[in-house]
Amino acid sequence: MPESYPREHIEDLVDDNLEWNQLHDMMSDFKDADRFQQVRDVLQERVDWDDPIIIPYADHLYVVAKPDNRWVIKCDCGHEFCEHDENWKMDALINVRDSEEAYLEIYPEDMHPHPDYMELREFFCPGCNTLLEVTNVMPGYPLIHEFEPDIETFYSEWIEEPIPTAEPESA
Amino acid sequence: MSTEPDEGESFPRMRREKERVHEQQQEGDGIGWDGQTLREQFEALEEKTEETGHYAGFEKLDLKQSNPIEYEQMFAQLRGDLVNARETSKEVAATPIVEQEGELCYGLFTPEGDSIAVSTGIIVHIHTMSEAIKYMINHDYEESPGIEPGDIFVNNDTHVGDVHACDIMTLIPIFHEGELVAWAGGVNHVIDTGAIGPGSMNVSQASRFGDGAYYTARKVGEDLKLFNSWKKDYPDKTRTPDFLKLDERTRMTGCLMIRDAVKNIIDEYGVEQFKQLSREAIEDGRRGFRNRIKKTMLPGTYRGASFVDALYEGQDNLTRAYANENHLMHAPSELHVREDGSFQVSFEGANKWGWHPYNCTPAAIQGGIWVMLTQTVIPNSNVNDGAYYSCDFHLPVGSWANTQNTETAHAYAWHFLVSAWAPLWQHLSRGYYSRGFWEEINAGNANTSNWLQGGGIDQFDKLHAVNSFESACEGVGARYVEDGEPHAAAIWNPEGDMGDAEVWEMTEPLPFLGRAVKPNTGGAGRRAGGAGFESMRTVKDVSRWLLYEMGNGYMTSDGGLFGGYPAASGYILNAQNTDLEERFENQDDYPQHDLDPESGDFESKIDGEITRRPEGISTPKEFDDYDMYLNYLRGGSGLGDPLERDPEDVVADIHDGYVLPRHAKDAYAVVVEKVDDEAKHNSAVQGEWELDKEATEELREERMQERAETAKPVTEWYEEQRDRIRNEEDLIDDVKKTYESSMRMSKQFAEFYHEFWELPEDFEFTLSEKAEKSLENRFKTGLKQKWDNPTKGHETWLGIGRDDEPEVPYTWTADRTIQDLPSPDASFSDTTAEPATDDD
Repeated sequence: MPESYPREHIEDLVDDNLEWNQLHDMMSDFKDADRFQQVRDVLQERVDWDDPIIIPYADHLYVVAKPDNRWVIKCDCGHEFCEHDENWKMDALINVRDSEEAYLEIYPEDMHPHPDYMELREFFCPGCNTLLEVTNVMPGYPLIHEFEPDIETFYSEWIEEPIPTAEPESA
Repeated sequence: MSTEPDEGESFPRMRREKERVHEQQQEGDGIGWDGQTLREQFEALEEKTEETGHYAGFEKLDLKQSNPIEYEQMFAQLRGDLVNARETSKEVAATPIVEQEGELCYGLFTPEGDSIAVSTGIIVHIHTMSEAIKYMINHDYEESPGIEPGDIFVNNDTHVGDVHACDIMTLIPIFHEGELVAWAGGVNHVIDTGAIGPGSMNVSQASRFGDGAYYTARKVGEDLKLFNSWKKDYPDKTRTPDFLKLDERTRMTGCLMIRDAVKNIIDEYGVEQFKQLSREAIEDGRRGFRNRIKKTMLPGTYRGASFVDALYEGQDNLTRAYANENHLMHAPSELHVREDGSFQVSFEGANKWGWHPYNCTPAAIQGGIWVMLTQTVIPNSNVNDGAYYSCDFHLPVGSWANTQNTETAHAYAWHFLVSAWAPLWQHLSRGYYSRGFWEEINAGNANTSNWLQGGGIDQFDKLHAVNSFESACEGVGARYVEDGEPHAAAIWNPEGDMGDAEVWEMTEPLPFLGRAVKPNTGGAGRRAGGAGFESMRTVKDVSRWLLYEMGNGYMTSDGGLFGGYPAASGYILNAQNTDLEERFENQDDYPQHDLDPESGDFESKIDGEITRRPEGISTPKEFDDYDMYLNYLRGGSGLGDPLERDPEDVVADIHDGYVLPRHAKDAYAVVVEKVDDEAKHNSAVQGEWELDKEATEELREERMQERAETAKPVTEWYEEQRDRIRNEEDLIDDVKKTYESSMRMSKQFAEFYHEFWELPEDFEFTLSEKAEKSLENRFKTGLKQKWDNPTKGHETWLGIGRDDEPEVPYTWTADRTIQDLPSPDASFSDTTAEPATDDD
């Protein structure tokens, strides 16, 4: 088990360049200790903006540090959604599949949910229109806020590092 | 090898152990360690665990630290012996369920019932057997019927410790010098439980009384011999007595092998070291779980919700008129990963149990979640009840997840159980994503259906039942780094397999007409969900034969992740009174598949009464020779935006039979062109396709533009939906009944629902008279609890009522902010009454 993978290996993971046998080895091995920092640093290089990444939040989404001590959820296209502890979906675009016709674009006949019983909610980034999440719920279900990370405990207790901060905004 | 092996029929060592126990009993000593009764020992263990936060008070792992090699050797030896017991004993069984699918597992348990080590197989039962042992201790089995060397116990009561009645377990105590030092346990899935309909998991009953025979932690033998009263009892409570007899011999074989293995290890290392190992291995497992969580996830709160349908309105052959209604399972799932790496899992908001066989007990839920966690979180750690000691569960009493009512039916508890834990995969995956362990991310598991079951007079003119375990082989959810495995496994058995068609045909009068990968079953995504498959079966040489279906239909229970789509849902296809025999005689075409339900191919090749409907469950119905039955096994869910999928992979999907050509364009915005009509890559479609790169790029750009044009801001959608709910527009009775059921079960969910949609305080959904009566009927039924004398550790299942606060925080909020924390440094762990401690 490597305590730490070479930087190039983590870059290949992020860039989807690893072969199956390499991935399989990573699954079977004990986990490397500095993965979080390495992935965060590679992602930081890959994005086109300078806000320090606090955590990767979901595919395409990050919690980033802003100059006024705010932590916001931001898409890799640059669109900023909301504070880190709010549900980004409230600031997204939505399309709801709740008809036979809409279901048939994705599924064959009889192999999709019944629209009276279940709808698919597709959430898009308003900045780049990427599909960020699809939820399958009963009609009338509230929006689900899937993830509220406890960032303070994570940094202070689990990895014992200061939380990244942004440079103060120049006047 | 043991220095004094038992020989022949007499089992001299066992007999001497028994005499020793009797001597101790005359002196007033119990069978526990140092003369304690088993219950005293169990209560002391619970106390020490609670006081110290370490299993059995083991704050240090002395053996592991002082002699790590020997510690690992002993554990590995036990683990190897358990696997060996399974691999050897499964050859004793006659059912393909055990012999082909390996629906069998073994565990070694402490005297108090905590698993020390487990075999491979259906390891969900490691914790269910644990609960069964604890039940016997809690209900003073030491006094009556007695726990002595050579005793044999059987259990399949889900309220005691099981998922459903068809999983029958054998438990034998292992003694050394008059003390109980361990239990050996084995469990396997049997073909038929003697339910009101044939098969192991009948679906037409309303209550426990139709589930089949229940054996409640019963002593069935002494001196390692089965009682005549048992041998003359259970065979008549099943349609498949010979298979069950061999199943029992299988379990006994394995348990006796484990008993010998323990005796050998005690002979080699001494009993004190064995006892030390049995404690340390569990504490080690507990720490291993927490350390892994701290290393791979983030602390915080993870939420999700899943649903599945159980539609009974208008079904034939229901046992009660009041069961003639539709049920929807609502499983809100909330996971708190605390500062110390422990888990709290809450199902607060789950709706009421129902008059259907999909209800669950705590043992079922715990076992189910345990099997998933051991496969995903701690594959490299000690796999034992240490994981259980790192998790708290809140399962609302009276909900489908914890009925606490012995009238409820549980024959296929997995239908709700598998569906309910779908969000747990995603909780873990979200944590892994943030932490950078992308190779571990998985969108979810498949709804493990269809279940082909039935029975009647078979091809050998015998009463028989069938229970195809092709369902042990479903597509699995997409990984972040790869597509999901097609037709691979089922979550409840990591060693699952579809089995050889020829072997199924030996025990089922249902010849295969075809078996193939089923397109579009896996969810679309940048990484596609693994495809399911299907088998087309006919019926031959039967009389009074019944068949039925079981699976999801109107709802898909397995969501996609990060923009991936859910797996496809199920449907039913049968044909009766067909002309198949004539087609065989005339050598005409006949249907081998139904790979594209829209193609009309099936209907064009058979005449008869065809039933095609988008539901997943049917009750037993009569089938005759040359009738046809589609067994459709589901796929896994997708991950990531489908427009990010490499277009060349979509072409490969078409050629592999995973995606129908028309869906390349619709679901993936990939333009393909047919270049050869003759090529045949798979059973689903004929032809060869090529990618039109330029047209694909153009289409994908258009699709992105369409998204911007057709999607609306969520704030706008929210207002429309709020009005819809306030006015109860376009919401069917089944959906409203489900919300009302959850709101009546949980004031926390009710408050959340009202706040989220800004509903008036007195808002309630208007239900039909039938729906209102159904809720009233079930809510008024109350509790009928099985555990009447629980130790403190087990009171948690009974102490939480619908009007009480849950013991884990409920953090679903409508105001878009995290729960109010007392200070900027506060974490979720501060909100728990007694945070667990771990000093390593």
